[in-house]
Parts: sequence; structure tokens; C-alpha cells
Amino acid sequence: MYRMKKGIYLLLLLSISVHFLANAQDNAGLTLPNGFKANLFAENIGSARHIAISKNGVLFAKLNRADKEGRTIIRVEDENKDGISDKITGWANFGGTGIYLKGNALYASSNSAVFKYQLDGNYEVLNPLSPITIVSGLISRRQHESKSITFDKANNIYVNIGAYSNACQEKDRTAGGLGMMPCPILDSAGGIWKFDATKENQTYGDGKRYATGLRNVIGLDWNLQANKLYVAQHGRDQLNTFFPSLYTDAQNAELPAETFYEINDGDNAGWPYVYYDNFQHKKIVSPEYGGDGKKEGASDIKNPAVAFPAHMAPMGVLFYTGDQFPEKYKNGAFITFHGSWNRAPLPQEGFFVAFVPFKNGKATGEWEIFANGFAGTIDGAKITSTRSAKARPCGLAQGPDGSIYVSDDTKGSIFKISYQK
Amino acid sequence: MGNSKIRCFVIGALIMFLFVSNKTQAQNLANGKKIYETRCLVCHQADGGGVPNMNAPLDAASNVVGNDITRLVRIVKYGFNERVELDGLYYSNSMTPNPDLTPAQISDVLSYIRTSWSNKATKVTIAQVQQGIKGSQKTSTK
Repeated sequence: MYRMKKGIYLLLLLSISVHFLANAQDNAGLTLPNGFKANLFAENIGSARHIAISKNGVLFAKLNRADKEGRTIIRVEDENKDGISDKITGWANFGGTGIYLKGNALYASSNSAVFKYQLDGNYEVLNPLSPITIVSGLISRRQHESKSITFDKANNIYVNIGAYSNACQEKDRTAGGLGMMPCPILDSAGGIWKFDATKENQTYGDGKRYATGLRNVIGLDWNLQANKLYVAQHGRDQLNTFFPSLYTDAQNAELPAETFYEINDGDNAGWPYVYYDNFQHKKIVSPEYGGDGKKEGASDIKNPAVAFPAHMAPMGVLFYTGDQFPEKYKNGAFITFHGSWNRAPLPQEGFFVAFVPFKNGKATGEWEIFANGFAGTIDGAKITSTRSAKARPCGLAQGPDGSIYVSDDTKGSIFKISYQK
Repeated sequence: MGNSKIRCFVIGALIMFLFVSNKTQAQNLANGKKIYETRCLVCHQADGGGVPNMNAPLDAASNVVGNDITRLVRIVKYGFNERVELDGLYYSNSMTPNPDLTPAQISDVLSYIRTSWSNKATKVTIAQVQQGIKGSQKTSTK
């Protein structure tokens, strides 16, 4: 009798867990709003950073480092159109993050340059060994070295040049160290530079510093409706480590906000002098520059359009222009979050795709989690170490049918997310 | 008779010695853990896993469990400001120096790191730390 009961319990438990697993498998392990579905479009393609998709659905991924075959631009095609890739090729030998497809020209960035490849009518590369150099000689000094790219409606290319520092201290990442005044990094990094994409062999002198005071931007996109650039900044780290008398572990876990800006020509987002406090809703003077956690920064510094919780690391921005998703998503922004490390010793957060609603070309200030579960933990179990996240969302692109694609640079998965009425 | 007394004494002394030295060793590791949690954990994470592309892992990292103790000692003491390749991957962030840590504290934290998670390397002695920080160069060795 007892044995039978035990058997029944076991069976019950088994069926419950099978049910859970099957459900998780359904959407490639992701949790999505009602009506949305996800599947793995590609797996194990390498450290896939930003992605771009052609009109006929060919996906290009920029790898941070070469794959086993030494390739850093991966071309992913679904020839039999079953929603899962079946033809993977690639070329190029420079690691990097940025990729952008404009007609039949594919732009890709290393950590110091932007190159252009010509594609044929089937989106096959014509000059894999001899790309045209559009920009080179950009600063790349270990930290924040990736060069993300986007375009406006004309032929201008916008390139992020991240600051090679945490908070412009005289000696980077030292306890109590003061910030340099003025911060010399801002002359050649810590901002967005604008170049003419039709010109070859440009460097700093040929471009223009379009926006400054941005510590590091990885996700950026042009909002076609507002005709403006939007960028997502990675806020500074380690307030508590370097200024323990001013910030606790718990405060550092929540400060400063990760910020999303509407950028106009000449804007200044304030790094390294200030950071954005998403509880006081103020720009606060950095402790490296005499701040005490309360003192407010200069008023002419740009306010964010949206502030997110700290340290989650925004990686990709995509303004949705498709017709497949429900109306509320149209012209709003999707943002991927890589997931934090600097919340430790508190549990890490992020590892999801957020949605930022827009109305008449302006962010409403709200945001919501759109796709979650990339880290692969079950039922809200917390990630305490960043490396234990199974996938970390990075690049974003919109397919010709209005589905969106999300890359993971940990295992090299490409998730495809679609909506079905 | 006398022989067994001596034997008893020797065994007793040995037990006492092992007990005391085990206790101090455990204390050293506990100190090391405390230092790790307050100074290292934020970047190198609770499981020593580091952060991909940014902060080097300490768990199962060849250089961390390797024999170049001097290099480890100097990185802890003086920080690290170079692009570091470790087991085929690169890490970008600067490592904060810890000039105020004593040789005993550096020995404790390195011993903790080299014997924690999946690491099973030798502990680092105070003498090795003192040897490691000799010399005038205030930056880490490559």
C-alpha cells in the first residue's frame, strides 16, 4: 500500500516536471507576453554581439572574437523557411560588436574601425577579404572598447567611442581616488561620433563629436518617427567599493540608473562628473568630483528619457517599425539587458529584453519586461554569479515579417520572437 | 616502560601540534574568505567565476592555481592595468590595488582563492608574499 502511494506520488511529480519542461521548451525557455512565441533560430554561432537582417531574412551577426573557423561575421540563412537556420557561413578576422545593413552594404566594426562590405542580390558578400575602411584609428584601450554603429535617414554613421575608464579617476578604479578635472578622456572618447558613411578612410578629424558625457554606449538606434538618435548608457560601477563611507552595498546595487537618452547634436549626458539617481530623480555629483550622494550636478546636463535599475547593462536598442506585433509596440523601443555583475554581493539582475513605450515620438518614461528567462533559472531563482547565466541578451534586429531576433553572446544563440493573434 | 611514556608524549604533542596548526590554518582561510568577500567578490563574483570579457575568473584559472606566486602577490598588492589573456580569453577591466594589505593578509586571501571552489592549489606562505613584493617596482609584473 505504502509502496503504491509512493509510486503514485513519484508519477505525479514526474508528470508535473515533464509538463514544466515541455512548457519551457515551447518558447525556447523564455517567458513572454500573451500571444508571443519564441524559438531558437540558431545555436552555437559564437560570441554574437549585434545583428542585422536583410529584406529576405538573412541574418548577419558580429562576433566579439573569432569562432573555431576564424570567422567574425556570421551569415545565418533559413533556406527551407521553417523558422530555423540551416545554412551558416562567415568571413572576416576582426572581433567587434557593431553591424548595420543599409541596402546591400554591410557595415561592421572592430574595436577601433568601421568597415564596409558589398553584398550581392542574395546578400552574399562580394569582397570578404577587401572591405572598404570607412573610419579607423578610434581609441580602444581595453575598457568599453566596442564600437557600436547606427545610421540616420541620410548617410551619416554614428559610432560610440566608450570611455576607457570607470569614472575618470587619476588612477582608474582606486579607492577614494579623485577624478581628473577636466576629464581628458572626453576629447576622444566617452561620446558618440558622427561620420559621413560615403567617405573612405576617415578618422577623428573627419568626424564630429555628436554627443559627450556618455561613459559607454553599446545599444543605440535611430528613431525614424522622431528622427532622432537614442542611446542607452552603461552607468559607472563600484560606488561602494571606492567610497564606502558614502555608499552601502545595498545602495551600490541600485545606483546609478542605467539611462536611455534622446540625443540631439551637442548633448552632454554628464559622465564622469555626475550620475543619474533613479530614486531622487536627480543628476548627482560623482564622489570622485566632491559629491556626497546628495549634491546635485549642473542643470544643463541632459536628463534621461527613461531610467532603468542599476548595472543591468543595456546592449541593444531596436525601434519597432513592423506590423506583426500589437499596436502598442509600434515605434516603441526594445532594449536588451546583458545582466549585471556589480550588484554583488546582492543577487544579479537583468538578463531580459525590456520594452519602452513611445507616444508621438517621445518615451512615456515607463518600461516593462518583454522577454525574460534568458539566464535559464527556474521560478525566480537568483543568479549570484554572472557566468552562471545560460544566455545573456545582446543584439536586436527586426525580421522582414515583423518578428524580432535577439542574440546571446555567451553560447551564440539567436532567439526569434513572433506574435500570433 | 620509559619508551612507551616517551611515545605517549610524542603522540600527544603531535596531536596538539596538528590541532593547533589546523586551527590556525582554518583561521587563516576564514580571514582570507573575509578579505575576499569585502574586496574581491564584487568583481570576481561569489563563485570566483569573474565576469565574461571584463573581470578575470579566479576559479579554475591556470594562472591563479599555477606556480608563479610572485605574480599573484604583485597583482593583489599593486593592481593590474593591462589587457590580460587567460586561458584563451581576454579581460578588460583594471584591477584595484590593495597597498594596505599586510603580507599575512595577502597570504590569507591568496590561500583562500587557491583552495576554494574547484581550486586545489598550494597555500601561499607569508614568506612567499614577502619575497613577492620585494623590489622597488610598484606596478604589477606582466
